[in-house]
Amino acid sequence: MNLVTNALGRMVPTEINGRPAVPFPGIDRFRPSGCKAAPRIPTVLDYPRDGNKVVKDLKTALELAGVRNGMTISTHHHFRDGDTLALQLFDICAEMGLKDLVWFPSAAFPCHAPLIKHLDSGVIHHIEGSLNGPLGDYCTSGRMRGLGVLRSHGARAMAVQDGEVHIDIAVLAAPSADCFGNANAVNGDAACGVLGYALADAMYADRVIVVTNNLVPFPCIPIEISGSYVDYVVVQDSIGDPKKIVSGTTEITRSPDRLYIAELVARFIRDAGIMRNGFSFQAGAGGISLAFAVYLAQMMKESGVRAGWIHGGTTKFLVRMLEEGLTDALVDGQAFDLEAVRSIAVNRSHIGTAPLISYNHHSKGNFINLMDVVVLGATEVDLNFNANVVTHSDGRLLHGIGGWQNCLYARCVILAMPAVRDRIPVIVDEVTTLCGPGEMIDVVVTELGIAINPRRQDLIEAVKGKSLPLKSLEEMKAEVERLCGKPERQERTSRVVAAVKWVDGTVLDSVFQIPGKQ
Amino acid sequence: MSRNGVAGRKGEGVRSDAFVVVELRDEGGIELIVKSRVSFIYGDSIHKLVAAGLSFFGISNARVEVEDSGAVPFVLMARLETAVRRALGKNYQDVAEWLPEPGPSFGLPSSRERWRRSRLYLPGNEPKFMLNARIHEPDGVILDLEDSVPPEEKDAALVLVRNALIALDFAGCERMVRINPLPQGKEEVEPLIRAGVNLLVVPKCEDDEEIKELAAAVAEIERRTGIRHEVWLMPIIETAAGAFRAYEIARSSERIAALTYGMEDYIADIGAQKTRDGWETLWLRSVVVNAARSAGIQPIDTVYADVADLEGLKFSCLQARALGFEGKGCIHPRQVRVVNEAFTPDDEEIAHAMEIVKADMVARANGKSVAVIGSKMIDPPVVRRARRTLELAVALGRLSPDWNKEGR
Repeated sequence: MNLVTNALGRMVPTEINGRPAVPFPGIDRFRPSGCKAAPRIPTVLDYPRDGNKVVKDLKTALELAGVRNGMTISTHHHFRDGDTLALQLFDICAEMGLKDLVWFPSAAFPCHAPLIKHLDSGVIHHIEGSLNGPLGDYCTSGRMRGLGVLRSHGARAMAVQDGEVHIDIAVLAAPSADCFGNANAVNGDAACGVLGYALADAMYADRVIVVTNNLVPFPCIPIEISGSYVDYVVVQDSIGDPKKIVSGTTEITRSPDRLYIAELVARFIRDAGIMRNGFSFQAGAGGISLAFAVYLAQMMKESGVRAGWIHGGTTKFLVRMLEEGLTDALVDGQAFDLEAVRSIAVNRSHIGTAPLISYNHHSKGNFINLMDVVVLGATEVDLNFNANVVTHSDGRLLHGIGGWQNCLYARCVILAMPAVRDRIPVIVDEVTTLCGPGEMIDVVVTELGIAINPRRQDLIEAVKGKSLPLKSLEEMKAEVERLCGKPERQERTSRVVAAVKWVDGTVLDSVFQIPGKQ
Repeated sequence: MSRNGVAGRKGEGVRSDAFVVVELRDEGGIELIVKSRVSFIYGDSIHKLVAAGLSFFGISNARVEVEDSGAVPFVLMARLETAVRRALGKNYQDVAEWLPEPGPSFGLPSSRERWRRSRLYLPGNEPKFMLNARIHEPDGVILDLEDSVPPEEKDAALVLVRNALIALDFAGCERMVRINPLPQGKEEVEPLIRAGVNLLVVPKCEDDEEIKELAAAVAEIERRTGIRHEVWLMPIIETAAGAFRAYEIARSSERIAALTYGMEDYIADIGAQKTRDGWETLWLRSVVVNAARSAGIQPIDTVYADVADLEGLKFSCLQARALGFEGKGCIHPRQVRVVNEAFTPDDEEIAHAMEIVKADMVARANGKSVAVIGSKMIDPPVVRRARRTLELAVALGRLSPDWNKEGR
């Protein structure tokens, strides 16, 4: 594999799974050319005149869709750790004797561990999508045949639209659908909130299969995925467990230390003057990021401030803000709990969105550029404010990127995390994997204090004299190392097992095989 | 013949701790097995630390197993030392102490008069709660060797607490340790004093003689070890007998900085039942306040047990403050802010105190012994209380130290 050094000094491949790749040239240096991908032109002549696209089962739908070896098959992750459809899908593919498929999920979760047997047996060649848990371990052990490609939610949808990834068959879990294929996620026993991650797949895949456990009479209202994109509808008993949307990363932390960090974040937002009428914010997944909203809501009440809009992943805490009149609107990419699922069905100001729209870098503007402040987690940050969100400090793929990279385009980006996790320092000399260039990250908040990127003199000025515990990253790092000791340098192999793409589709960094694992 | 010693904890849910097994042998050199969550960045240093520890204790033949859950070095050292002590089967004083590098809090003195609005209890054998205790800004931390530590872990807790006192950054917190009831607690004092403890909390005090004896022991250790800063004492009244001797206890030593009480043990001792308003301890609370005030020390309220009920905590604080207490114990970090706020004078109180002190100064300047505001005479005790309020306001940054010069 040919590796070159990109603009941030990271070694990256120039070819990924047989396709040329552009090394990251610097923030906002890459300009796309050409035209967007064009889906094939279908004709109604090929579809039932009565509009009934229901077929017997998923296997039949796959057969009718012309599934064959080497195809790219996509799924979405709105059920998060409660997804069962991807498992069922590849079990059927295995039964059909298929090989070398590419799975293109919008994210993978620990529940997808059973797919390892299909990776081992050759049914799945590789996964292009954020990997964590057992699949992350599988990839970093070097056992996956192809290269993992880690894209943000926005970059994934963009890659489909740009033609970088061509989806042969999209299999979409729909909590409600009609026989024509109109679908939504707000109704039915398996309601999971929104289907935004499936939008690009529905629009650009050659064949689209909607799988539902709740077939409703035409028309399925509201129409989130239009039946005009859909080839086949499959009805079955279960499509996933929405209760498992809630996980460790979508629940507010109960740790006093982490709550302290969350409160510091809210104080910073208030004292820096970002919290003002009409402002907007987003909280990423992760206990601290979610908790900050609770403190911020209290401060907004005390100051009589009302937000203009809040971008989800949505939790019950954001729903409460909407219902208490602390924000005019919730704009929702995904539900992080069942209260968010309930809300989007009943609140007119709670609206769904899709990464193709809100996070798309190759578009005529996107939502995230309009946002005042975003609060995110990270696994590591270095002294240049570069951050890592996908790998553990030992190099194992641990988390998906989600919308993390896209959010770095907000006007103020705050990373909130403990300075130490069980003796593992979070502030390091150089991040293990670079996911966010330091010039995009404005503030780092830990239990040891608040570090503001020297590039943001405006923020430094804004909080002067405001009794916030300001510190440099160097000071925090020294404190951590005094307690924990200086970390030893890690070994790594030179074999790339996954590539991290930037929001514009260029290659930001590589994930390397962990020594001794293969 | 092999002798085994085991210390620390392991398993799911264990954080920032280590489980160490030391099997002393007669021959065969050192066999060291380390399993660690952080071996990828601290593997070598863990090996070196354990090897240095074995060498410090003069052990050259042993099998040592370390199962590490992210313990920082002072914790790992404490666990190894305890395992070695247990393997040797010797008492604390018979084995050399393997001490960590002193941290930024080591050697910082405290004072008798310092503010003790909140003190945060931390179990003495649980490292993960100690590491960041300072960030919640209690006035003091209490590393507990008594009720939160099971009897079989008292020795391990003493070593861990000693190391924490030396190595950890407690920022501006007063470093307190609750020792075990005397006479056992007396045996724990020397390593704590050498580790720089600021204040010893003495539980189940019933007798002024035992405090005098403890104070004498502390003085002797200070003299012998050359420790420069003073070690203060805070007795806890927890029985009816102790309550009746509260005044004698409060006056029993110049080292006593504060007096407090333990509600649960006291209620059990007198056979009372708990009420929301705390009527069953009203007499004891009044006794503690009066004993402390008459001895010129701080009366400090007990803890509030329901950590989820912050409103109840606030009510309890206000009640305690109304009775004359200056602070309260905390058993969870989230209680600290409520307690600090409740025992901090508000703007109105500060302004009133300034008015009193200024009037007193004017009276003195005019050769009068009693100040007057309007038609109301201000007694000396009221002036004393006002001065103390202003001292706290200055200490908390709520008032400029030069407040009396401003506006002249």
